[in-house]
Amino acid sequence: MALLQISEPGLSAEPHQHRLAVGIDLGTTNSLVATVRSGISTVLNDEQGCALLPSVVHYAADGEVLVGQLAQEEQTAYPHNTIVSVKRFMGRGLKDVGDVSNLPYRFVEAPSTSSGQAPGMLQLRTAAGVKSPVEVSAEILRVLRVRAELALGGELVGAVITVPAYFDDAQRQATKDAAKLAGLNVLRLLNEPTAAAIAYGLDNAAEGVYAVYDLGGGTFDISILRLSRGVFEVLATNGDSGLGGDDFDHRIYCRLLEKNGLSALPAPDIRSLLTHARTAKEQLTDHLETRVTAVLSSGEVIDNVLTRAEFHEMSQNLVQRTLQALRKALRDAKLTASEVKGVVMVGGATRMPHIQQAVGDFFGQSPLNNLDPDKVVALGAAIQANVLAGNRSGEDWLLLDVIPLSLGIETMGGLVEKIVPRNSTIPSARAQEFTTYKDGQTAMSIHVVQGERELVSDCRSLAKFELRGIPAMVAGSARIRVTFQIDADGLLSVSAREMASGTEASIVVKPSYGLSDEEITRMLHDSNRHARDDMMARALREQQTEAAQLLEAVDNALQQDGEALLDAAAQARIRGSMDGLHAVIAGSDHQAIKRAVEALNQVTTEFAQKRMDKSVKSALAGHRLSELE
Amino acid sequence: MLPSGADFQQDFFSLFNQPARFQIDATALERSYLALQAQVHPDKFAHLPEAERRLSMQWTTRVNEGYQTLRSPLNRARYLLSLQGVDTQEESNTSMPTDFLMQQMEWREALEEALQGKDLGVLEELEQRVQREVRFLQQQLAVDIDDTRDFTAASGIVRKLKFLEKLAEEIGSAFDELDS
Repeated sequence: MALLQISEPGLSAEPHQHRLAVGIDLGTTNSLVATVRSGISTVLNDEQGCALLPSVVHYAADGEVLVGQLAQEEQTAYPHNTIVSVKRFMGRGLKDVGDVSNLPYRFVEAPSTSSGQAPGMLQLRTAAGVKSPVEVSAEILRVLRVRAELALGGELVGAVITVPAYFDDAQRQATKDAAKLAGLNVLRLLNEPTAAAIAYGLDNAAEGVYAVYDLGGGTFDISILRLSRGVFEVLATNGDSGLGGDDFDHRIYCRLLEKNGLSALPAPDIRSLLTHARTAKEQLTDHLETRVTAVLSSGEVIDNVLTRAEFHEMSQNLVQRTLQALRKALRDAKLTASEVKGVVMVGGATRMPHIQQAVGDFFGQSPLNNLDPDKVVALGAAIQANVLAGNRSGEDWLLLDVIPLSLGIETMGGLVEKIVPRNSTIPSARAQEFTTYKDGQTAMSIHVVQGERELVSDCRSLAKFELRGIPAMVAGSARIRVTFQIDADGLLSVSAREMASGTEASIVVKPSYGLSDEEITRMLHDSNRHARDDMMARALREQQTEAAQLLEAVDNALQQDGEALLDAAAQARIRGSMDGLHAVIAGSDHQAIKRAVEALNQVTTEFAQKRMDKSVKSALAGHRLSELE
Repeated sequence: MLPSGADFQQDFFSLFNQPARFQIDATALERSYLALQAQVHPDKFAHLPEAERRLSMQWTTRVNEGYQTLRSPLNRARYLLSLQGVDTQEESNTSMPTDFLMQQMEWREALEEALQGKDLGVLEELEQRVQREVRFLQQQLAVDIDDTRDFTAASGIVRKLKFLEKLAEEIGSAFDELDS
């Protein structure tokens, strides 16, 4: 039987062509991009040879956007228009940020996404208009994407973006939206400590229970993992997505205000003193004391000496908060500190001597500092991206991660009923049945929250779902089965079905802090450096690449299993559908390619199921088939 | 929408190739779990078409659910009983033996006392007592389910273990509270 020729010059990927994929560490303070080259994970530098891109975005009145070092230089002169540590605002409302008087921004409370709900994600007023944290983060990601495409000489197949393990659904969704806005195909959201464990574990052939202590600029994570024969299994994770190096700076900043009898400073002075505070903190890592000198806009001179002992004393309770999270994670993993074989330190803030000391004392061993704490997350993400893109890596390994926070639904009296407990391995799902309480009721509302507390008001509201189209019945006789699915990115989706009649109930999702598809589309259009034509061309190329990959995958599958699993008619149907896609792939009709891809996906669904069944059987038969291709 | 393949309908014991018993070989179960994960995990399918990615997520979800069910003694017991068509009546049957209720009250008082007095020692001792009782009840379950097949007695123990699981959770929260 003649196999289809699927290779179109200049279009489809060569069967064994290396697919360009990167790992991106979108950090509070700095961001990095890394890739696997010749089997080795490497951080990609900018033209000046710098690996770290400061996560700072400056919006000028003339519409120019600066990112990184150049933006950082504007932060004191234009504090309102220069966004620093935007990660702290991702998926957050104004009330989550706490005291805003010490932050030099003009916050805008976003309108709530639906009536009766809390306001949505906060926004920032800049010279270039009101910006969402998602848009600000997208600027950073865009710079890294361009850096990678220049360095690698081609468009990326996709990227793994890292997020703090303790990020909730809203923060994860915001990160994914930002990547989409930056023109990146997100292969996976990967938890930062897990990324570090991959980089460390593969590098050191580590086996046993390891803890990853990750204190970044604005977030803290602790993950306990078991590494065993190529399996990275996260046992428990805990943390604080609002605790990081910035808070240590802030302690110094407050001490400076106190020492000089200052309050309610103008924005440029706030930014200037925060920058001085950060420098002082870094100085105190290597020195026992440091001197802070600054001139305020009023002309007043600040000149103070800070000692390391003083700094440690004022920030000791921040360190204690990290140890509390550590104890919780160990309890959840049902382990004691002495059972942990090694502690990997991640994040620039772990350089502080009292952090090293406290962690060392807690575990009774010196923490592992042999990987660069600034780069290890990006390096691990790149390794994962390489595998996800389908580039064969020599060794096969498996990553089993968890959701950090329990998922629950609101029940009578504002109480939470947990449906997926924290530290469940993902992907995970739970189905729950609901019924109507009134005759003829055709709609109901379900409120999903995330958190460990018993009261809805103490947990984070994720979304309100409205189920509509329930057939009218007597109260209590409708049985609506709602399935909550958490995917491999830790993101929630919901589907519902009325069991008695079999009708699919439609769902209106109202994420409390997320952005709607319309908002994303608007942002894409607002982004004036993304000419519409460019976007169209890019969308067409992406569609063509996807189509070519699909054709390649189906062709491979048919060669492997077609004869064994399908009758002649089924094979002919698939081949016919492949012909259909082949006829339109080189054209410029984006929609036609999309339709043909969907048709081929549809017609191969059953084949894919049969292949999966076969592969599952082989797993238990004790011998392995060659990898599904 | 779930896959229609025959394997997807099979029970968890068959899925993991383990005998349908309360007493299981935890190491063998874990080995099967990892072998299955290696075949179905979404990381293996990220570069493949959408239909296969969706299938992979559904399979991995099922494998994870199955592992959670079989690994936990209480979940495993419930599951075995449900396969036998036995209703454990955890919501409807609230009549518990008096001695069990007395002991529960005593333990809850101890929990309150530990919280009030911020006494970690009392809490740790309580935790150990509860764990001992849980282990004892699990041994009973093994006899009732695997040997005598007394499913009514087994259901009673499941209801007791459910109480104790809740108490253990509260003890965990108490540790967190004393820590903060």
